[in-house]
Amino acid sequence: MSSTTNSPTHHTSTIGAIGAPSRRNTELAMLVFAVVIPVFAYANVGLAINDSVPPGLLSYGCGLGLLAAIGHLVVRKFAPYADPLLLPLATLLNGLGLVVIWRLDQSKLLQSLPNYVEAAPRQLLYTALGIAMFSAVLIFLKDHRVLQRYTYISMFAALVLLLLPLVPGLGANIYGAKIWIRVPGLGSLQPGEFAKIILAVFFAGYLMVKRDALALASRRVMGLYLPRGRDLGPIIVVWGISILILVFETDLGTSLLFFGMFVIMLYVATERTSWIVFGLLMSAAGAVGVASFEPHVQQRVQAWLDPLGEYKLSQQGVFGHSEQSMQALWAFGSGGTLGSGLGQGHSDLIRFAANSDFILATFGEELGLAGLMAILLLYGLIVERGVRTALAARDPFGKLLAIGLSGAFALQVFVVAGGVMGLIPLTGMTMPFLAYGGSSVLANWALIGILIRISDTARRPAPTPAGNPDAEMTQVVRP
Amino acid sequence: MNKPLRRIAIFCGLLVLTLLLRDNWLQYVKADSLKDDTLNRRVTIARYSTPRGDIIVDGDPITGSTKTSKGGLNDLLYKRTYADGPMWAPVTGYASQAFGATQLESIEDGILTGNDDRLFFRNTLDMVTGKPKQGGNVVTTLNSAAQKAAYNGLKARGKGAVAAIDPATGKILALASYPSYDPASFAGNSTTTDSKNWTKLQKKNDANDPMLNRALRETYPPGSTFKVVTAAAALENGLYSSAEEKTDTPLPWIMPGTTTPLPNEGNIPCKNATMRVALQYSCNTVFGKIGADLGKDKMLAEAKKFGFDQEQFTPVRSNASVFSEDMNVSQTALSSIGQFNTAATPLQMAMVASAVANNGTLMKPYMVDKLQSSNLDTIEQTDPEKMSQPLTAKNAQILQSMMETVVKDGTGKNAQISGATVGGKTGTAQHGVANSKNPYAWFISYAKLADGSSPVAVAVVVEDDQASRQDISGGGLAAPIAKSVMEAVINSKK
Repeated sequence: MSSTTNSPTHHTSTIGAIGAPSRRNTELAMLVFAVVIPVFAYANVGLAINDSVPPGLLSYGCGLGLLAAIGHLVVRKFAPYADPLLLPLATLLNGLGLVVIWRLDQSKLLQSLPNYVEAAPRQLLYTALGIAMFSAVLIFLKDHRVLQRYTYISMFAALVLLLLPLVPGLGANIYGAKIWIRVPGLGSLQPGEFAKIILAVFFAGYLMVKRDALALASRRVMGLYLPRGRDLGPIIVVWGISILILVFETDLGTSLLFFGMFVIMLYVATERTSWIVFGLLMSAAGAVGVASFEPHVQQRVQAWLDPLGEYKLSQQGVFGHSEQSMQALWAFGSGGTLGSGLGQGHSDLIRFAANSDFILATFGEELGLAGLMAILLLYGLIVERGVRTALAARDPFGKLLAIGLSGAFALQVFVVAGGVMGLIPLTGMTMPFLAYGGSSVLANWALIGILIRISDTARRPAPTPAGNPDAEMTQVVRP
Repeated sequence: MNKPLRRIAIFCGLLVLTLLLRDNWLQYVKADSLKDDTLNRRVTIARYSTPRGDIIVDGDPITGSTKTSKGGLNDLLYKRTYADGPMWAPVTGYASQAFGATQLESIEDGILTGNDDRLFFRNTLDMVTGKPKQGGNVVTTLNSAAQKAAYNGLKARGKGAVAAIDPATGKILALASYPSYDPASFAGNSTTTDSKNWTKLQKKNDANDPMLNRALRETYPPGSTFKVVTAAAALENGLYSSAEEKTDTPLPWIMPGTTTPLPNEGNIPCKNATMRVALQYSCNTVFGKIGADLGKDKMLAEAKKFGFDQEQFTPVRSNASVFSEDMNVSQTALSSIGQFNTAATPLQMAMVASAVANNGTLMKPYMVDKLQSSNLDTIEQTDPEKMSQPLTAKNAQILQSMMETVVKDGTGKNAQISGATVGGKTGTAQHGVANSKNPYAWFISYAKLADGSSPVAVAVVVEDDQASRQDISGGGLAAPIAKSVMEAVINSKK
């Protein structure tokens, strides 16, 4: 290359390449840990429960290893400059989730429940599909900016996905939350998980176009930049949709998640603090308003304020009350600092949804405060890598999309973990990667795929000749 | 756009930090209270995950553990068994998979399950050597022969309670209550058998309330047995300095502030009687007048020295016996003969007899001699502890001679034992509105051996709904039971 060009700009692009090495080998080394740790955990569970190394250890280890290897090779080929931590972090969480789901499969108590299915093999299948999804995103989405073209189609698709559970015959009301659809032959799907990503695409595309109008056309009142009335339109629409989800699908978590994601992206796009103030006021008003007449939400709040009372009511067989919240708190408390050890806790007492919404309680009990803090920090790292990707991205769309996805991920972790730990009212969402559930695994692998794509673009050295407009111009001017 | 991005990064960091703080709150600060919450099923699972340690009497376990039928959903591996459950129920309490644990089973749960911190070293050692965790034992002070005598005596009489104490140490030798229950009958968690048995035993389904530990948890009007306390108060406060001093009591004696004479039971020689004669015939007039003369405060002070008005922890809690703090003179007179509001547990009255027998020193009653680890190392030993000194040794000996007269020549002849000196006091306590119900038959006594030592003090109360009013007297119904309990203790010493 240096023999063909000798312009000064060449020099800077070389420095760029040195500044951003591909880091693929770092990723590979991390992936080895991300596979080995769950394999040890798996052996640990087997030894604790059956006093023997589980017979499936080899196939499980190979399976997870193979999936990680595929993921790694795809990244190496199609996104060579991507962030090296995202894939190992997701793999580790997914692998640990599989182990704990298998561990809960062994519980006699859970096996006795009417709708028990052996969840671990399915989750392994979902993981394979998730890696396939991840690979597909990286292979077919060569440049994330392509998504910008589909801004309004995304909006439409997201609305359809969100409304699907309300379609009679398709939607399914599972334990009070109407966030599922039944696909004959495939099982249940949670379209909200996918809508999260698609909405982020829409918001990013929309805000990139409108950010100047939203940011600059404002009046200053009492130190705050108040937006013009007509610019309030979009936020009111999104707020309305969130409220509708809350009312008709009785899903507090998804509602909060979408609205929070929108406010974050709006704030980043416009750099106007006033949007955050507006967002907080509107979400507070919406939540209080809906809670005042929606019994499902009221009951969740009641269970949050008095989990023990809720437990006692459920033990008396009062309809509509659940022992889960209190059982989860007992699980956390019984775990203590170091935990009971994998396979040696009694988190199966949570019964329903022990391996999905409440899976964190099993981690808390069996790995203790130490283990759970490590898990939470793994999530924190994923978010941190996502935010770093947003910072590094060179185009506003990529920045907005990356921060939207990372922010939504952080909010989801907070809402789910906070709900299970009794910090906030419980919502019907799942812990990304850890929890049992196909939609969640697929959607989150797609999310990681998109973040990796953006980070690859962000860290990729700029193409040399095209980045030399001066040279071009000189050529044109020269007679 | 990077400035708001950095702020969002901080916000996300705060979200994670909040979760970490909450996790520390749950799993560190609140961990123990959540872990030990009795509603937390893990507590039950831990309690029955290993063979439970035993409660020991005279070197033999009165409890056991058996493996529950495995299979199905039962997450509780072991179940409590009891030898002679109904007889020992007032001592053991129960430990049921379904209904929790009470009394000794609950208080010493840590030792019995092996979860006590003092067993930590032992457990760690066992873990290293690969031995399963085992609970420790609770060695009681009880005497199985005495307990058997007490229980069988009550069983023959229908309803009542017995408490027996070793006066010199405070060791509880017998603690019986009848009707009783078999804690083994609901030790498991079967909804068909265990729940049904449990429901049947509840007070609302069984008027006899078999699960009531009468020896510790029921207070009865003590009737004339309380006159021992009144006599002690008279001696201690110098109202009379000997048993032979004339008490200057008129007959009939009109209670101060009233026009009502205090009646005696039958035509007995109470006019100007000495305390010895008054106790021998159980004169209400003499002891009522002593109470009135001493006044409420002095009577209350003496009763409190004997342990009235406070709960006892043996370590199983005993209800507080009652001597009212707020009375006029005539009420004080009635209280001093064990009527009005005065009420006592059988344990309390056994403490009264034991203090007299132990030359005026009241020892704190206890039923746990020591706690052992599973390999029989002693973890904790209970040492006898002086509780109070209700009488001087001299006055105690005067009172002893009075109580011995009761058994030798008076109302307590049924308690005489050849080869031992017995001192006692009968009681027939009225109860019910206007004394409509059958009275309670009381007897408190102690036995003294030839060497001057006193191995046992006992209190017996019989509530016999079937007996006719005339038949009930402490001497007739309760004294024979007291006698057999004392004999059992004396024989087991030989």
